[in-house]
Amino acid sequence: MQTPTLKPGKAGSSTGESPVVPQPRTSTASTKSDKTVAVVSHGMLIVWALLVVVPLLWTLVASFKTSSEIFASPFGLPTQWNFDAYVRAWNEAGIGSAFLNTVIVVVVSMTLTMTLGAMCAYVLARFAFPGSKAIYYLLLAGLTFPIFLAIVPLFSVMKNLGLLNTLVGLILTYVAFSLPFSVFFLFAFFKTLPSEVAEAASVDGAGEWRTFFQVMLPMAKPGLASVAIFNFLGLWNQYLLPTALSPAPEARVLSQAVQAFAGQMGYRTDFGALFAAVIITITPVLIVYILFQRQLQGSVAQGTSR
Amino acid sequence: MTAVPPVQTVPDGGLAAARRRRRKPTFDRISFFAVFLGLPLAVYLLFVIWPFIQAVYISLTAWNGFSNAMPFIGLENYVTLFQDENFLRAMLNSSILGLVLPLITIVLALSLASVVTLGGPSRGQVRGLHGSGFYRVVSFFPYVIPAIVVGIMWGMIFDPNAGLFNAFLNAVGVPIGQFPWLGDARTALGTSMFIITWGFVGFYMVLFIAAIKGIPAELFEAARVDGAGRMRILVQITIPLIRDNIQTAYVYMGIIALDAFVYMSALYLSPGGPENSTLVMSQELYYTAFGGTGKFGLATAMGVVLSLITLAFAGMVFGVNKITGGSAQDERL
Repeated sequence: MQTPTLKPGKAGSSTGESPVVPQPRTSTASTKSDKTVAVVSHGMLIVWALLVVVPLLWTLVASFKTSSEIFASPFGLPTQWNFDAYVRAWNEAGIGSAFLNTVIVVVVSMTLTMTLGAMCAYVLARFAFPGSKAIYYLLLAGLTFPIFLAIVPLFSVMKNLGLLNTLVGLILTYVAFSLPFSVFFLFAFFKTLPSEVAEAASVDGAGEWRTFFQVMLPMAKPGLASVAIFNFLGLWNQYLLPTALSPAPEARVLSQAVQAFAGQMGYRTDFGALFAAVIITITPVLIVYILFQRQLQGSVAQGTSR
Repeated sequence: MTAVPPVQTVPDGGLAAARRRRRKPTFDRISFFAVFLGLPLAVYLLFVIWPFIQAVYISLTAWNGFSNAMPFIGLENYVTLFQDENFLRAMLNSSILGLVLPLITIVLALSLASVVTLGGPSRGQVRGLHGSGFYRVVSFFPYVIPAIVVGIMWGMIFDPNAGLFNAFLNAVGVPIGQFPWLGDARTALGTSMFIITWGFVGFYMVLFIAAIKGIPAELFEAARVDGAGRMRILVQITIPLIRDNIQTAYVYMGIIALDAFVYMSALYLSPGGPENSTLVMSQELYYTAFGGTGKFGLATAMGVVLSLITLAFAGMVFGVNKITGGSAQDERL
């Protein structure tokens, strides 16, 4: 399931370098055409990098401007650098309460998904039993079919359970919809763990529960970390599920609140605060990205070999 | 994802060990299985599989979502759909997205990935471009930004008056004035596609870089010794060897393009955009169900059509890959 070079534990390291480490004997002399290629290559990449960075920087600068400054000149700098727009976005636009809702929903559903996903993946990877193939296909179906097929019936399921507009309802759907991905990823991971350790634990008298929680789960930490990062990003960015299942203003998550705020812009014109709301939404993912980007890119690399 | 082997076909030490172990149904073992399989599956079946199954039936009813009555009307919803101008328009727009977006995203991602991995000097060993780590870190970032924020941010950049884009064009001498890129039926869909592409190119670039690095260096060396240039190496070695990755990427991106709900919601306050030029199926579905009229039966029928199109798209990609000769030779990847 993994290419030989990509061990899950240090997946990040395998993507960090050039395909071949240059050896000392390799001369660095390059031909004229090499220089052209290098210039063109760097040119392409620089244009692309600017295309990524400039819009983000522009948004950041605009979040410090007033609406009139924003309309006066898109290139101008703010006369005063202060966080007023952030305060307005946080308090008046409901970004603050949505932020807290999002943190609660994402942290709880991540914890549950990781636990349930690891349990399910472990059983599927380590035990042979009738019906495991059926479970595999059920999980595959969840990854294949569009959420939009399920959204209307899901709405009525939630309504019947009284879970519309509740954080609990949102957490349960988040868990359910992130389960297939988590199970597939961790399934592959548990397959790679040596079975001798589990056997040794069993010989020493550990039951199935203890073997899992005290022996196998700690060994699966690198895999769990990768899944956790992906789930964090996926759930933090989720928009459709909360919009359909939890539209009430007090139960809003961040993506909804930003969109609702943007929707009001036709009537009110606090563009500085809107830019600030955008920055507030991006900041947590930016931090997670910077902290874990090697691991994240390593996981993408792993994903390709499946 | 698509190639994860079915659970039972993978022989493994763990299975053998399980077989060797005493299988006495102790409390420990029974409770273990009940909780470890039962709990996740219960949540999954209730909130994912059960709605999927229900959807097929609901699409055959005139259910309005609020009453308990679900009058069975057979295929009438489907007949209605294919006579509905808006839905047909949405289907057309979604199909355009499904055909164009994966193509441009993957061509761009592959170009950038090849530049990063094969752009180095042609003497000595084949190696990547200097400083590629920086480009990878920057490129990947748009992928982690919430889609709704990507939409809102670019919506402001393309703002006719205050946006960065027109200001930039006017500043460099393109007399674009205050052209409404997202407000004009001729440019809205194209501009939307650019924005969605922006969010995903970096992700696929990283994916392709990893795949290219998985190719044994000797293959490149050998080709180079035989006198192959960079372009030839790319077309005749790199692409054939990573075609399964390209296939997977194509399917993923197609699924995203056929959805496009979040981007379109963020970019257009009134669903459909100028003259419905950016109306997509997911939006039609959403507003049919939750837009006040509560036509749950009809909306679910749209969901079924969307699913069938998604499956047909995936089938098409696999089919084309097979016909053009992908498979056997690159099992290693």
